[in-house]
Amino acid sequence: MLETIPMRRLLLLGAGIVVPAAPAFASQPLPWQIGFQPAASPIMEMIQRFSDGLMIVISLIVAVVLGLLLYCMFRFRAGRNPVPSNVSHHTVIEVIWTVVPILVLVGIAVPSFSLMFAQHDPARAIPGFNPDSDRQLTIKATGVTWYWTYQYPDNGDIEFDSFMLDDEALAANPDAGPRLLAVDNAMVVPVGTVIRLHVIGADFLHAFAVPALGVKIDAVPGRLNETWFRADREGIYYGQCSELCGRGHAFMPIAVRAVGEAQFDAWAAAAVDDLDAANALLAEAGSLDTTMVAQVAHR
Amino acid sequence: MTTAAIHEAHDHHPSGWRRWVYSTNHKDIGTMYLVFAIFGGLVGGALSLGMRMELQAPGMQIFGDPQMFNAFTTAHGLIMVFFMVMPALIGGFGNWIVPIMIGAPDMAFPRMNNISFWLLPPALTLLVISLFMPSAPGATGVGGGWTIYPPLSTSGQPGPAMDFAILSLHLAGASSILGAINFITTIFNMRAPGMTLHKMPLFVWSILVTTFLLLLAIPVLAGAITMLLTDRNFGTTFFAAEGGGDPILFQHLFWFFGHPEVYILVLPAFGVVSQIVSTFSKKPVFGYIGMAYAMVAIGFIGFVVWAHHMYTVGLSLSTQAYFVAATMVIAVPTGVKIFSWIATMWGGSIEFKTPMMWAIGFIFVFTLGGVTGIQLSNAGLDYALHDTYYVVAHFHYTMSLGAVFGIFAAWYYWFPKMTGYQFNERLGQLHFWVSFIGVNLIFFPQHFLGLAGMPRRYVDYPDAFAGWNFVSSLGSYVSALGVLIFLYVLWEAFSRKRAAADNPWGEGATTLEWMLPSPPPFHQWETLPRIT
Repeated sequence: MLETIPMRRLLLLGAGIVVPAAPAFASQPLPWQIGFQPAASPIMEMIQRFSDGLMIVISLIVAVVLGLLLYCMFRFRAGRNPVPSNVSHHTVIEVIWTVVPILVLVGIAVPSFSLMFAQHDPARAIPGFNPDSDRQLTIKATGVTWYWTYQYPDNGDIEFDSFMLDDEALAANPDAGPRLLAVDNAMVVPVGTVIRLHVIGADFLHAFAVPALGVKIDAVPGRLNETWFRADREGIYYGQCSELCGRGHAFMPIAVRAVGEAQFDAWAAAAVDDLDAANALLAEAGSLDTTMVAQVAHR
Repeated sequence: MTTAAIHEAHDHHPSGWRRWVYSTNHKDIGTMYLVFAIFGGLVGGALSLGMRMELQAPGMQIFGDPQMFNAFTTAHGLIMVFFMVMPALIGGFGNWIVPIMIGAPDMAFPRMNNISFWLLPPALTLLVISLFMPSAPGATGVGGGWTIYPPLSTSGQPGPAMDFAILSLHLAGASSILGAINFITTIFNMRAPGMTLHKMPLFVWSILVTTFLLLLAIPVLAGAITMLLTDRNFGTTFFAAEGGGDPILFQHLFWFFGHPEVYILVLPAFGVVSQIVSTFSKKPVFGYIGMAYAMVAIGFIGFVVWAHHMYTVGLSLSTQAYFVAATMVIAVPTGVKIFSWIATMWGGSIEFKTPMMWAIGFIFVFTLGGVTGIQLSNAGLDYALHDTYYVVAHFHYTMSLGAVFGIFAAWYYWFPKMTGYQFNERLGQLHFWVSFIGVNLIFFPQHFLGLAGMPRRYVDYPDAFAGWNFVSSLGSYVSALGVLIFLYVLWEAFSRKRAAADNPWGEGATTLEWMLPSPPPFHQWETLPRIT
């Protein structure tokens, strides 16, 4: 793979392909980050809300256990408590520490289940969503060793491959995006539109994952998986293959570029015949929406 | 009594290599298991050190070929599971201590015990050889992860390395099944008069539950990897979609084994910690019956939660809902155990000897690994965390910190009994603190990496992940220092030869092994003890 991709990149560059400049807002990990990437989809917002609540619960559990341990270590150390008690049963307390965790778990399960249902049904995540009338778009992502192929069956069967940009390509175009995340052809989606994502593996297992969008679904040979997401802000969202697939596992990133609906329609119309020309349209427009994007980044 | 005395007088005591190769003595076999586990741990630890050195900075420094990195992660996982933790806790301490604790002279099937052990060195040899055999084109070593999911483990690795690994697992599995039969038979049939099931020490309970899990889970693994073998070599398509098979079927079979397997690794540590907390608090275990049946419950539920490892493969909503609910239930008996350990300490007269430090450390790190498990049990949240470093942090907190802390706790607890020598207490404490700091430094930052989205099994990562990866690698060097201290503790104890008392731990140590000399005679309980 390390041999094949540079050659392919050289071919692409030789053919005069313009690599689109990354917009100012890019959802990607940051140095010394300790939490999730900022949510950019209804599902990721739900995941983060649920996670925040659960984090409080588990922090309390750890604090209680650690507190009791330290208290016992201090109060009942041999130097201070030379004569041990011989209490070895207490039915009431045993019932309490069985029943209370059950209640806590039920309390966790309720929001957990509604999050899970929403992941399988946009109508549960988006108030007022009507699957029959609202705009939806189907995109098929195929995990191939080691790149992604995207197809747009609703838009005249656009189909293209998405390869990671290697160091050479990045050196030639430093604005293309971060190392190991930037790709030659990003998946382009209209912002605010529910995307029905179909994922399949061509040869080995892969997994399509974009953290900021709350998407992760395995690409399995012989099985078409479906999930959905909606990008709520324009920008570029990076993810990485998340199921071990051999040598190139770390080198088949995912980039989803969310653009305005009109921009998407123009891109899709152009991409049917000439993907590079379509991407060039986005590159021109990409420099226009920096103000709005900068606000988001500061949030 | 007379016959017993005569028998003892004619006690044949084989010497030289025959004592070990032909051994039918549970203590000698236990010793061999422990030495083997130390060796396995050093090999598996060296592999992880290589991985952490590579990941210390972005870019590829050490591994020219990512396949070699994948081979390291695979071998690290398999060796630590099958050739370190299992031999140490079950084969090692189980063999040494269980017969003594129940008042039995030896295991039920001593010759089978011998073959159980001697299947392991060839198994480890095959796995180590696989590192040097061709796998994917132009590379050596199985690079499919310890989960060996097809098709990467079938068409993805056409070379013989994978076949070596499969045969290795078959041998290790056969060893475990034979050992499990031996333990179950011993515990059910060879308890001394008066040693009812409800009087058995909790370590024996933990080995009993563990060996039932082994007996039921390992055959499923054996079936799965046999189908993998025929898919690879004989044209079957059990797991190949192009032939009507299903790669996900392998995952179901693997995790039907794999999830009980993680309890196989940690349940004996539960037993060890129960003995030690009770000993050094000088109190009987709090809620003994609840503790025993909590382990039974964990073992049972452990068999019906396997697909929580597979939330993102495309399970139906109702399947996910079931596995979320079932998985959460495990937190209840686990909570009972944590709280009962603390209640055992409550009101005690606690001495913080080295084994107790490891046991308290276990309770803390296992709680941390347990609560991240509660997070991961929620399929909705798992979508964000699956296959990231969050999962790596979670299972290392339960295994690499949990089970391994249990092993070291047991090691220091029974070392004086097994060898007759007392280790250096200050060095033991030093070993604990260096290891405790080291492993937390490795794995706590991995939570952050996972939340930020860093996928696992990556040889190289985006530059933003560099900071915490650097900290994590520093932690692995500190932990490696801990291992060196451990080896020094061994050398020091064996060279100083300080004689250990029969019961070095005082009034709290009430189980039968402390009534024997240190080290125990070659055959113990020629006259059966009577438990009242």
